[in-house]
Amino acid sequence: MPVKGWIEVDERYCKGCELCISECPQNVLALDLDHLTPKGYHPVMLKMEGCTGCGICAIMCPEAALTVYREVPQKAAQAVQPSGG
Amino acid sequence: MVTTATPVQVVYKRPASLSDTPTHYCPGCTHGIAHRLIAEVMDEMNIRERAIGVAPVGCSVFAYNYFTCDFVEAAHGRAPAMATGIKRVLPDRVVFTYQGDGDMASIGMSEIVHAAGRGENITVIFINNAIYGMTGGQMAPTSLPGQKTTSSPTGRDVESMGFPMKMAELLSQLEGAGYVVRRSLHDPKNIRMAKKAIRLAFETQIRGLGFSMVELLSTCNTNWGVSVLEAMQYLKDHMLPVYPIGDYKVSPALENLRV
Repeated sequence: MPVKGWIEVDERYCKGCELCISECPQNVLALDLDHLTPKGYHPVMLKMEGCTGCGICAIMCPEAALTVYREVPQKAAQAVQPSGG
Repeated sequence: MVTTATPVQVVYKRPASLSDTPTHYCPGCTHGIAHRLIAEVMDEMNIRERAIGVAPVGCSVFAYNYFTCDFVEAAHGRAPAMATGIKRVLPDRVVFTYQGDGDMASIGMSEIVHAAGRGENITVIFINNAIYGMTGGQMAPTSLPGQKTTSSPTGRDVESMGFPMKMAELLSQLEGAGYVVRRSLHDPKNIRMAKKAIRLAFETQIRGLGFSMVELLSTCNTNWGVSVLEAMQYLKDHMLPVYPIGDYKVSPALENLRV
């Protein structure tokens, strides 16, 4: 099962430039056309499941508007635990 | 969204060296990417408390609002001169200038060349987008041959308007330069390489190896008159052949440094 991730978009910063959308390897980002930010842009959002939390959107984002989270895979989490993680 | 008890890891969050102020840059402007990379490097190296930035004149004139480190504003093109003074009075600080092509390659040409020639221990982040952004898209010294701007509406004619200034190549010829490279901000791979270069430039300064400059190829979708994504493509197709990415001067003391 692929790693599961998700993003949080800070609407104070997102300007809907679509750079993250163009580079997303899973193609799961889109503009939220039903919603406007305080600056009047359509912010980016996750349009479907499938985000792996790779963080490439955050690397492209010119506004540092994205926070990227990822679930730690169970096996890796167990492997880390004994060494006092 | 996720309610399981699976441990969660934060892959990326806004760097602490960036302030809460939203930028005034146009959507998709690579100034924001450059700001973010500098902030990430400052966080990684834990130098925010002793970093002093020098802001230029140009679109990035308000850069001092966007960082949480100390910042001063220089007269047009004079950021390297101001940084020289700060660094000489406070040699334990990390001093960097953030300059665009109109600021550095045009009005500030003599300051930057002499700062590099003197081997000042400062770091210069040079944003090259081949146009004057803030003033309305006039031709810059770095505009490409044939590039249409508001002051060269039929395209830059090299016979009457000269050839583009290649700042990285030019400054790398000076003995005072310790680290002079060119990077691009058009895709994730190149952005990662740019971040490493900024890190190495700061390391050069901390080690006292002389002048360091990172030239970052950038876009100006507003004044190029294209969309954000077309601007990235234009950079890739037209700017990269004129301004090749590369390490133009790396001090031998840096060669074994891994960051």
